[in-house]
Amino acid sequence: MTRKNLTLLAVAAIAALALLGLALPRWLLFLCTMAASHGIVSVGILLIMRGGLVSFGQGMVFAIGGYAVALSVTHLGISDVVVLMLIGTIAATIAGAAVGPLIARYSGIFFGMLTLALSMVLYGILIKSTAMGGSDGFNIPRGTLLGMRLEGGTGDYILYVLTIVSTGLASLAVAIHTRSARGLVTQAVLGNSLRVEYLGVSVQSVMAMNFTLAAALGGLGGALTVLALGHIEPTFSYWTQSGEFVFVAILAGAQSVVAVFVASLALELVRSFSNLYFPNTWQMALGLFLLAIILFLPAGIGSLWSRRAGGKSPEPKISASEREAAR
Amino acid sequence: MNTAPTTPVLSARGLAKSFGAVVAAADVTIEVPAGQRLCLIGSNGAGKTTFVNIVTGYLRPDAGAIELDGQSIVGLAPRTIAHRGICRSFQIPQLCIELTALENMLVALAAAGQKLSFWNSAAAGGNEARAHELLQRFGLEAMAYRPVSEMPGGMRKLLDIAMALARKPRLLFLDEPTSGISAEEKFPAMDRVMEAIAGDAATIVFVEHDMDIVRGYADRVIAFYSGRVISDGTPDHVLTDSEVRRYVTGGTA
Amino acid sequence: MQLALTILMDGLIYASWLFVVALGLTLIFGVLKILNIAHGSLYAVGAYMAANAVTFFAAWGFGGWYALLAMLLAAAVTALLLGPLLERGLLRLFYGRDEVILLLVTYALFLILEDAVKLIWGVNPYYVTEPYQLFGNVAFESMFYVGYDFALIGLAIVCGLIVWFGLNRTVFGKIVLAVIFNREMSASMGVNVDRVHLAAFTVGVFLAAIGGAFTAPMISVQPGISVSVIIVSFAVIIIGGLGSIEGAAIGAVVVGLARAAAVHLFPEAELFSIYLVMAAVLVFRPEGLFQRAAARKI
Repeated sequence: MTRKNLTLLAVAAIAALALLGLALPRWLLFLCTMAASHGIVSVGILLIMRGGLVSFGQGMVFAIGGYAVALSVTHLGISDVVVLMLIGTIAATIAGAAVGPLIARYSGIFFGMLTLALSMVLYGILIKSTAMGGSDGFNIPRGTLLGMRLEGGTGDYILYVLTIVSTGLASLAVAIHTRSARGLVTQAVLGNSLRVEYLGVSVQSVMAMNFTLAAALGGLGGALTVLALGHIEPTFSYWTQSGEFVFVAILAGAQSVVAVFVASLALELVRSFSNLYFPNTWQMALGLFLLAIILFLPAGIGSLWSRRAGGKSPEPKISASEREAAR
Repeated sequence: MNTAPTTPVLSARGLAKSFGAVVAAADVTIEVPAGQRLCLIGSNGAGKTTFVNIVTGYLRPDAGAIELDGQSIVGLAPRTIAHRGICRSFQIPQLCIELTALENMLVALAAAGQKLSFWNSAAAGGNEARAHELLQRFGLEAMAYRPVSEMPGGMRKLLDIAMALARKPRLLFLDEPTSGISAEEKFPAMDRVMEAIAGDAATIVFVEHDMDIVRGYADRVIAFYSGRVISDGTPDHVLTDSEVRRYVTGGTA
Repeated sequence: MQLALTILMDGLIYASWLFVVALGLTLIFGVLKILNIAHGSLYAVGAYMAANAVTFFAAWGFGGWYALLAMLLAAAVTALLLGPLLERGLLRLFYGRDEVILLLVTYALFLILEDAVKLIWGVNPYYVTEPYQLFGNVAFESMFYVGYDFALIGLAIVCGLIVWFGLNRTVFGKIVLAVIFNREMSASMGVNVDRVHLAAFTVGVFLAAIGGAFTAPMISVQPGISVSVIIVSFAVIIIGGLGSIEGAAIGAVVVGLARAAAVHLFPEAELFSIYLVMAAVLVFRPEGLFQRAAARKI
């Protein structure tokens, strides 16, 4: 699909969803907003995953985006939601750019564990920092748009539209990145990182850049979540939050960005209903669901509608011994 | 005729590399003039692949100097050396199995460019045309849209070499280009490779075990044994050398 | 001086149960190449089972020292029930898949066990504090310590020695080591790799359950204890090196001391000190103190 067609499709989808929002009941509107603001973080994981790495610490950038927004409201007095959204995104991008080059040296579970450790370091700091609310976090008032405070049903709807538009455009950018030279080289890194290096590409710098892009998406998600939720707390950086982002990415599969949002919505719906009716079984349901996906639909639910010659999954296919033999 | 001395494309002097007690290279000195077709021979473990690995940056020599067109390349990473103009193919083809032949070529071409685009596809900027052209030269056009996993070993070998040409390198290393190809296919394959390379790589160094191929395609042969160069000259000269017969070819030249 | 000693003692006490749990985790990783996120949940099951067992034994008149037997049996039952069930029934379905996929499988298992525990034992905490008094109090440098804490250190040493001995001095242990180093080669030599996997996993579960069972008297046994355990255990084996017994010991001591130092000197840094050490180790020496890493080769 050409870039132009992709853009048209994305704009149409965003418009359709925005209109749909008018018809949704408030609770569902909120759920969709959460699904989108969480989903975009998983889109970032997808971007990194196409290169063969799984980040178990996206909670870190999610939290940085969220806290940047919350602190800007309480300490800088900024209330415009668009400005806040940009602040959150930029803050997380800077963090990602700083950390990316350091961790891009690693692969496999070491990469996963390092990202996990970093997010937990942040969690540890946040829990103990009374200046930022400690373990309870803190609330922020609803933001404004063009001077108008976003309260009530109208406010909810405007935040919904802001979320849909920004995550939609960000997803479009990711879809274009996937089809770009960088996206192809990222896939090649998964296929044979040795060859990619010999062809003249710094694998480390490609992966570091991907991590930075994912950080931007994570920060965007964190910012939008806080704007809609009105609350921020250290659990944004907790490992189980990061685990959920990974879960959604795996559920969706490595192909389709749309699948990520479908998966994210499914998660939110399951979570809400389980919490309501079966409060002690929703994690179990999640776990069983994850196992089922890994067993029966290893390329994720996205593979139900987008089939690719050869089929792609995050698993590297060239064995280490083949690479050794290149010596 | 130009009789003034010109800088050799590759100049390796006094290279040494050991892995514990195993001496993989000892005082290896080789100068390759531009345009030469040089073949490295030697039994397994003699040091030919170590030499290739050192020159292409995969290994750092314990001692010695390496210069490409007069500029030192010791200690540079493989990707930097690729930028400078040395590319290689691999004994066991190093390809992205899940991607198509065309995509593999596009990756090679995109990597050869100035920077990787976030926006434009790898096929942009004339890369798609050149990718198809290279595939055609190597007889791989029919598999352009098939994943490498569906390609037989011989074709994977050719694709591996084709990718090494993406940068039009100054110096091309071919690591056992005909290994894994059946006896009656070797010469046609090598013909095709040499024809396909024509013009895109000035100087070629290849590692070979098949002495008929060596005779057929090399201007000059260097024989390795135990990490040392034991003979260096024309194919006739080297292949009839008694030491070479003893340690490499095994008797009948 | 007093403070240093306190930190040392607190650190060692914390390190001892942590070592037992981490030992199980590193054993499972070494043999099955699986990083078991559900390990903390197995610890929790061990704790709950022990709470039930001690209460049960006491109800039948077997109080006092029998509590220790009850805890040991609880751990054993946990291992014998869950070990084969999980290894045969679940993990085996995913062998050969990428290590990250296996990580997700154990994550799914963790999610399932978390709720399973709530469904079986409810959400209210259990307290079984009587055994904690069994060893009385010990005066040490004008500080009073609970004897049970020292017994824990003893338990950790015993477990470490038994595992070390089992691996290095018995025939089956040597076979396990062979599988650790090269699974395929061992299989082609005729080793029943399936049985080794089963044994190693079950022992790993047993160790986690022992950790849970014997710390049950010291804590309130409630949902959520698994989470703090798994994160800290990870830190331990990353620091010490995946798959290494010595590494688990050193890692446990490092983490124990870091945490004790933080608690006494910089309470705000308690939690993040452990993860900072883990992150630092991953950055500067990713293979941990005793193992090989998967940093990019080129």
